[in-house]
Amino acid sequence: MGAQKKSGARVSEDPDELVRIPLQAILLADSFTTKFRPITLERPKVLLPLVNVPMINYALTWLESAGVEEVFVFCCSHSKQVINYLEKSEWLSQPSFTVTTIESQNSVSAGDALRVIYERNVIQGDFVLISGDTVSNMSLTQALLEHKERRKKDNNAVMTMVIKRSKPNPAIHQSRLGTDELFMAIDPNTKQLVYYEDRADQSRGTLQLDKSLLVDNPSLSLHHDKQDCYIDICSPEVLSLFTDNFDYQHLRRHFVKGLLLDDIMGYKIFVHEIHSDYAARIDNFRSYDTVSKDIIHRWTYPLVPDVMNFGHTATKLERQGMYRALEISQSQSAVIGPFTVIGSGTKIGNNSKILNSVIGEGCKIGSNVIIEGCYIWDNIIIEDGCKLQHAIVCDGVIIKSGAVLEPGVILSFKVVVGPEFVVPAYSQVSLFQQPIEEDSDEELEYADSTSVIGSQVDKSDVEIASKVLETNFSPASQLGVGGAGHVWSTCEGGLEEEWRHSVAPIPKDKIQEAIKTMEDDMEFATDDVFLPPSGELKPNSNDSDDDDHEDSRDDSYYFEKEVEATFLRAVHENIQESHLILEINSLKLSYNKETSDCAGALFYAMMKYALDIPHSSSDGLLQNVQGVFTKWKKALTSYLNGNDEQIEVILKFEEMCLESAKEFATLFTTILHHLYNDDFVEENAILSWEDEKKDADEADKVFVKQAQKFIQVRNHCLFFHTNRTRFYATCVFG
Amino acid sequence: MPDVQTLVNDFVNKLKKRKIEGSQATAKLTAELLRSVISQQRVPHTNQATALIHAVRAIGEQLIAANPVELAVGNIVRRVLHIIREEDLSLATAAMAGLGVSAASDDEDDEERDENPVLSAAAVAAAARSTLRPPSLQTLLEDTSDSVAAPHTSSSGGESDGRSRSIEKGSRVRKLKHDVIEAVNELIQDISTCYEQIAEQAVEHIHHNEVILTLGSSKTVLEFLYTAKEKQRSFKVFVAEGAPRYQGHILAKELAARGLQTTVISDSAVFALISRVNMVIVGAHAVMANGGVIAPVGLNMVALAAQRHAVPFVVLAGSHKLCPLYPHNPEVLLNELRSPSELLDFGEFSDCMDSASGAGSLHVVNPTFDYVPPKFVSLFITDTGGHNPSYMYRLIADYYSADDLVVKRRPITGSCRCSV
Repeated sequence: MGAQKKSGARVSEDPDELVRIPLQAILLADSFTTKFRPITLERPKVLLPLVNVPMINYALTWLESAGVEEVFVFCCSHSKQVINYLEKSEWLSQPSFTVTTIESQNSVSAGDALRVIYERNVIQGDFVLISGDTVSNMSLTQALLEHKERRKKDNNAVMTMVIKRSKPNPAIHQSRLGTDELFMAIDPNTKQLVYYEDRADQSRGTLQLDKSLLVDNPSLSLHHDKQDCYIDICSPEVLSLFTDNFDYQHLRRHFVKGLLLDDIMGYKIFVHEIHSDYAARIDNFRSYDTVSKDIIHRWTYPLVPDVMNFGHTATKLERQGMYRALEISQSQSAVIGPFTVIGSGTKIGNNSKILNSVIGEGCKIGSNVIIEGCYIWDNIIIEDGCKLQHAIVCDGVIIKSGAVLEPGVILSFKVVVGPEFVVPAYSQVSLFQQPIEEDSDEELEYADSTSVIGSQVDKSDVEIASKVLETNFSPASQLGVGGAGHVWSTCEGGLEEEWRHSVAPIPKDKIQEAIKTMEDDMEFATDDVFLPPSGELKPNSNDSDDDDHEDSRDDSYYFEKEVEATFLRAVHENIQESHLILEINSLKLSYNKETSDCAGALFYAMMKYALDIPHSSSDGLLQNVQGVFTKWKKALTSYLNGNDEQIEVILKFEEMCLESAKEFATLFTTILHHLYNDDFVEENAILSWEDEKKDADEADKVFVKQAQKFIQVRNHCLFFHTNRTRFYATCVFG
Repeated sequence: MPDVQTLVNDFVNKLKKRKIEGSQATAKLTAELLRSVISQQRVPHTNQATALIHAVRAIGEQLIAANPVELAVGNIVRRVLHIIREEDLSLATAAMAGLGVSAASDDEDDEERDENPVLSAAAVAAAARSTLRPPSLQTLLEDTSDSVAAPHTSSSGGESDGRSRSIEKGSRVRKLKHDVIEAVNELIQDISTCYEQIAEQAVEHIHHNEVILTLGSSKTVLEFLYTAKEKQRSFKVFVAEGAPRYQGHILAKELAARGLQTTVISDSAVFALISRVNMVIVGAHAVMANGGVIAPVGLNMVALAAQRHAVPFVVLAGSHKLCPLYPHNPEVLLNELRSPSELLDFGEFSDCMDSASGAGSLHVVNPTFDYVPPKFVSLFITDTGGHNPSYMYRLIADYYSADDLVVKRRPITGSCRCSV
């Protein structure tokens, strides 16, 4: 440790020695999410087999072949299991590749992990940051070179993110890997990342870019067909940044977005796009499925089953992407379809069919079994006549004869499915009870329950096992006769979305539905959004205009609703006028509105209220209106200082008469007159309103005509008025 | 010993990750590794040859398993095994001769051996092979006693009493090891000079104003053509680019840089142009025992075109590429499927591969090699001269001994022997 520190210090003095720092990497052997529950209750995610090899091997193999010399594996949940695994494997005894484990029990996020690593003071130079579920075969040299070059020129370039092109599914706004659509804005010249949004609000279909981005960058390309590979080349500053901002938890949501927004320190993030290389991260069950298929289709070459064997028995690639270990026993009548992997020691019975699946080691598959698109791990017994579709089946599971697994089923370790039992689609089954203290939504992502439960398992495996046994003997088993396991209820809101992240292919009806809504949206969009007729406009301004337009349309609606609600509350609870003004002002600020919008909204609210007070005739209505206006005069007038505001009110009134409250139509002139008399609107406003309406359609002019007489009088008055002013003026200056 | 083991592990790792490209480099590295294995191997006093063979075999098995597609590894392992056997045999015959004709002058004996040790050894070995072609039960039994005996003698018990009588035996021990290492050195030398040896024959094959067609990139072909040019032959070269790796571009660049008149054509234009070609000269990945060739993908098509237009199809191959196995042997992995990214861009086609949403399932197959059957090959040019495909088995008999053909089976037969 001391020696390392010393060398680190010396390095900082002498820039030439920078070159000699071994390339280091941090591998986070914990995803800090609960997406792989219930499997991850018993085994850490990085040790789950991906095409029959524990995931962490892919990450380590890649790091080694990419020239990384020192890897720090950060273990958190189930740390003992990870460390034990690494000790048994050959990774700790590589000559030019050192793997060091760092254990921490109380880290609940990637941010915490990096803070712990910073405290250890082991990182000396640029390092590669990946999580243990990354599969890649990219060469780091080019990316590293670019990163180093940029660092030389600009010390603030702290991070290079690796991205890859991959088209998302337009219908369901989801990438192949099952992650949400990702939007990035990149400066095409410098490759600087200026905007990153992985949780865009799909329902609104809009994206908000800060205007300053467009001001600061001469050109910007906005991508939604890029996939974030979660491979980062970081400078040591990244670690200290995490320590400085102790609230950073998530690498992307907090750190990247934080850096992009923070313009005080001026730290910059760049991207490196890979083309022919492969890189992906397994984030959920869908990506587990996709990446497995990519491996079987050899996109990850040389990280493919027949080339990369970790001391296991050799696997041979046969025709049509069939990978078979050498020691398997397969019945003559069994059919093994293309793109299937079968691990060693597996027995397959008569007339069984295996298609597009991965079968682990030592499985016993009976006769007449159909397995399609499944991931069957090690030592599993599947009895005769079972039917499995698009399921993940963990180690030691027993599926009794005739049982059926519908698409999307997850069977965690050692679950027993009773004979003839049908496990419904998307169910997750585990021997463990579903943790009750789970919070919904956001909290779940960083729930520390992972680590707590993880350590529990480590410490008292036996204890829990005995508990499990007890619960198993409950007479009403959820999995048929002799079955063992608890079916987890999906968390709230999950029911709707469970198909998104499942291993099963997306149901056809969901896609159709999504396409339909997308088409509807398109129509909606083309109806409403005003597109400039030609490309003459500067693209930048064009963008922002569109954005604003759409935003304001949406926002105004909400704003009006809010104002109305506030006003009604004021009426019913007898709130003082000054307080009402204060509340509306705060709404104005939060929605970023003009005074005229407030005036319009408040006016609308008042009229609506007047309309809602019971009345018998139009006279009654008029009375109501007058009553309301006198009562809340102060509130309304405080927004009617300028011409614009007053015009807005008149326009609003006109709009109401036309659309929402036709009762007012007959009273238009009267109320207008009333408004004028009570000094709500001045003649200037009325005249400009008339002016504005001159070019409008005949239909729109109904009210102008109605008010014609009134306007003429006003006009005259105004003329008189101005004359008088002029007269005064001549007096003064003459 | 741990030293060797780390070396071996390192090399296995490199082979596994496909970090070493080209059979020549692989062959050379394999030979060098085996040389250091032999030199560090402690040999017992009896049955040294068997001990050495065991050691080499054990490591050879690992190496072959690491990259079964690169046949050069297996070839070199077998060559080294063959060398050990022959050296042992020649020493034995020399000793016999020494016993039998003790009166004969030492000088004469030495001279004779120095003159043609390999030849005599080969002759003896060939004679032995002709009688023992299928491994007989007797040899198996003999092996048993050897292998059982070997660890015994190498253990501590044998060491102390071995030391006392090692003086006269030691010379023989060192002799065998020394000879083997010498021979392996020679092999390494052969591998590194095979380019020149092959290239020297260029003048005999390439004539003035000829048009030569080649596909992909091969250092052997490059040197061959360049030597012909050096010898004042003027000719044209057509280079088919060799999709999807486009190694032909590299070759064309090199050739043009060296002043040869070079034309690059696409693979699909080969048939159109073959009628203008006088000779096809290509490199190979491996040459099988039946004279069939494993070569970069696309060559079978070229061979068919050449056959159709009766253009000579000449394959250049260093002797390290001669593989004693037949292509129908299940042990031989003829092909390797590489990443589809060499064919098409992942990003562009990613929506076609999104099988989850049922948008379509695109499969891409990217094989590395082609198999060209022997009937299409007109001539092999190796570092020992030009040969007909039907003569390959003969060359192989010179380089390999039949006992070594299957390196991998050994542990299985070993277990059988234990049960016996």
